[in-house]
Amino acid sequence: MSLLEVRDLRVTFTTGRGALRAVDGLSFTLDRGRTLSIVGESGSGKSVSSLAIMGLHRDAAVEGSIEVDGVQVVGAPADQVRRMRGRRMAMVFQDPLSSLHPAYAVGEQIAEAYRLHFGAGRRAARLRAAEVLGEVGIPDPKRRLAEYPHQFSGGMRQRVMIAMALACEPELLIADEPTTALDVTVQAQILELIARVQQDHGLAVLMITHDLGVVARAADEVLIMYAGAAVEHGPALTVFAEPRHPYTRGLLNCLPRLDGDAEAALIPIPGNPPSLLSPPDGCRFHPRCAERQERLPCAVSRPLLPQPGPAHRAACHLLEETR
Amino acid sequence: MTTTIAGAAEPTAPAAPFRALAARVWADRAARVGLAIVALFVLLAVFAPLISMLTGNGPNEFNEDLIDKSLGGPPIGVLGGISADHWLGVEPVNGRDVLARVTYGARVSLVISLLATGVSVVIGTVLGMAAGYFGGWVDAAISRTMDLVLSFPQLIFMIALVSVLPGGDRTLLLVLVISFFGWPYVGRIVRGQTLSLRRREFVEAARAGGQHRMRILVREILPNLLAPILVYAALSIPVNIGTEAALSFLGIGVQPPTPSWGQMLQKAMAWYQIDPMFFLIPGTCLFLTVLAFTLLGDALRDAVDPKEGA
Amino acid sequence: MAGFALRRVAGLVLVLLTVCAATFAIFYLLPSDPALQACGKSCTTERIAELHRQMGLDKPVWQQFADYLGGIVGGRTIGTGDLAVRCGFPCFGFSYQADRPVWDLMVDRLPTTASIAAGAAVLWLVIGLSVGIGSALRKGSGLDRSLMAATLTAASLPVFFTGLMALYLVVQVAGLLPFPTYVDFGDDPLGWARNLILPWIVLALLYAAMYARLSRSSMIETLSEPYIRTARAKGLPERVVVIKHGLRSALTPIVTVFGMDLGTLLGGAIITESVFGLPGIGQLTIDAINKSDQPVVMGVALLAAFFITLFTVLVDLLYAVVDPRVRVS
Repeated sequence: MSLLEVRDLRVTFTTGRGALRAVDGLSFTLDRGRTLSIVGESGSGKSVSSLAIMGLHRDAAVEGSIEVDGVQVVGAPADQVRRMRGRRMAMVFQDPLSSLHPAYAVGEQIAEAYRLHFGAGRRAARLRAAEVLGEVGIPDPKRRLAEYPHQFSGGMRQRVMIAMALACEPELLIADEPTTALDVTVQAQILELIARVQQDHGLAVLMITHDLGVVARAADEVLIMYAGAAVEHGPALTVFAEPRHPYTRGLLNCLPRLDGDAEAALIPIPGNPPSLLSPPDGCRFHPRCAERQERLPCAVSRPLLPQPGPAHRAACHLLEETR
Repeated sequence: MTTTIAGAAEPTAPAAPFRALAARVWADRAARVGLAIVALFVLLAVFAPLISMLTGNGPNEFNEDLIDKSLGGPPIGVLGGISADHWLGVEPVNGRDVLARVTYGARVSLVISLLATGVSVVIGTVLGMAAGYFGGWVDAAISRTMDLVLSFPQLIFMIALVSVLPGGDRTLLLVLVISFFGWPYVGRIVRGQTLSLRRREFVEAARAGGQHRMRILVREILPNLLAPILVYAALSIPVNIGTEAALSFLGIGVQPPTPSWGQMLQKAMAWYQIDPMFFLIPGTCLFLTVLAFTLLGDALRDAVDPKEGA
Repeated sequence: MAGFALRRVAGLVLVLLTVCAATFAIFYLLPSDPALQACGKSCTTERIAELHRQMGLDKPVWQQFADYLGGIVGGRTIGTGDLAVRCGFPCFGFSYQADRPVWDLMVDRLPTTASIAAGAAVLWLVIGLSVGIGSALRKGSGLDRSLMAATLTAASLPVFFTGLMALYLVVQVAGLLPFPTYVDFGDDPLGWARNLILPWIVLALLYAAMYARLSRSSMIETLSEPYIRTARAKGLPERVVVIKHGLRSALTPIVTVFGMDLGTLLGGAIITESVFGLPGIGQLTIDAINKSDQPVVMGVALLAAFFITLFTVLVDLLYAVVDPRVRVS
């Protein structure tokens, strides 16, 4: 059984201008020891999905099924999901400075979750906090426990966030754009750290990002999201080598390649993602798609990712035709 | 009393078009109620002499036939002597018409609070812009002065100043004293906004283009300050109305026989047991005006900065 | 930390000196003349000149100012000859009208004002914060809207109006409480509270309304911070998220305003004291102004300025303890 199983996830916000379905029918599974990267532009629903898995939506309707180690999260009593948060599944956010409380020492911020979930005393929790701080590569961890977030550098702060996530030995680690707010030089170190702790603990890692470079470096599998739904899913290397969905091809065309022809033009995808208040009929990508065909129902029916399907699959009418 | 006002914190993007602003304020039901009440009191104030003519009661006409001298002077009749001739009754002791005094009192209240707001906004804007734009010793001098004025016990100093400064026109004196303690609040907001505007590209561009400092301040920076200044001004009107009333209540507002609401309330203190209408009427006027201006100010703030508010 | 505290206290002294100088300048320019008051009726010009000399009023203004400051620090004898009066530490001048040092007059009145301020502060903090935080947690609900409408109303009611209404309804019509008089806490704690409950409620109503609005917006802003989401992601119960992580930050602006307000009130709850006829510092001020008792007015002004600056500094120091970022910078 997979550690994380998401089936037909739908997340709907009620706005002043009507219902906004930010995630519409997302399904995937993730095993222990594996890293799945969810990639998409802002507004594609990737962060909304991760917050749904953590049960952190307060004003949105979450439907479908999310099972973490066999335990259903959707519709479960709030208190039950709360007990799983931080314990079974933990999350690392984008901007470590604003995600850490400015007025509490980092030791306290790491220890409080440990005390809560394990009923540990202050001393034990402090020892544990020092232990995880050391594990994420912060020198002299015992002394730094008493320091405050503003006394750490950006990269060190993100290490603190990771230590906080690891404190209760979770099985699932969700990292939402963990390197976006960091200097380029520090980004690689943080990705290496995540990979190392994943190996040491056999974690399942869900990496949310818009950066294909991060995917290439860190992910086993990749899931491409567009306008609230998955358009392509497969092993990271395969998807990069032979992208099947026109949107994925478009994303890859936006990237400069070191090994490629330096003269090759970078081709941006024309247009903007659709408003999810009134998504287009048919394939949601068709208004921007360079490869759409009049003979195919691109503008009429919505292609779905085959479920279950091959390891590498895409939601596109072009592919259904050739199959 | 605290006179700090929340909101108007961050600089807004290029001057919000004021027509759109007015439309957003108008869309707020509470603001329309506020506007209606403000309009009512402005009309009462403007047409006070006309109302006096119509009812035939001047603000300073004694009606000793309407009070009961044997009991020490309470108005004769129910509810403070309300009658067809005196719609809001008469004052104890001398029988002056309460409606006439309340409408003339509205003049004092509105004139002083609006003028005081205007003066403190002008001073605060000029000095705040100077401090924020020029920085250095100019900023240091102005900022320290603002800190100093704010650490004065305001009410005590207002009372002390008004009571010792040469008499003459109390209205002008009250305006000056209230503004003197009010400008640093505007100054602080304007200084902060100017500081951040100074670093913005369009100002840098104007400077690089060799424009004169005064021109940059007036043409580039001032328009961007109008929205927060407007919000601050709107929210400080009710505060100033309250201050004027408090000073009048303590006996150092405009001097009798000119009527003011605070002064009426002070006189009503001796009569609250026998003639509650005498404090209820000016008190209600004061309450409604303050509430109405606050509603307007809140709506304006929300219109300028929509993220605030519910 | 010690350096920080020292800098703040030095700042306090500097501000007080400036306020002192400004106050002195204002009152030095005033037309009122203490010599005239000490002399009484049927006074000759020669007698006044003599008195001026004896009271030290013929000295240059800077000399008088220095004497005044010296008196505050170490007490002094004011004047010479038959008008010499001993004014012990801390000397804030001498009231020839009351024939007592200003400090003694203020000390007599301080317990009343402090009682009013402290009781009201407790009330308005409890009410204001619970209303504000409750509203913030149920933002947009019917409860939130009605509470905010209520605070808007209460914030628009001046103390002298609510005071009169309270006196009329509670004391006159219902007869629930006596007309307030000041009873010393040490003599009769219950009577003290019974007499002050009305002023407390009236004063607290206005402040509670302002604090509710302030704490609501502050709490809403804090709860939208990313670190609140982090706290939830750790699995902390909502109670801990709101109180430990939310309130901690949301209280910051409230503490600032509270320091200012309490400091201001200790310098005289002028209007409350005036409505309820309570003999506090505020009443002393009004009486002194009406009688042109200049040394008292000046002493009270200084005392009030002292409280305001003192509480501002206390708040700053409190921040340094509470917020690690202040300490470092």
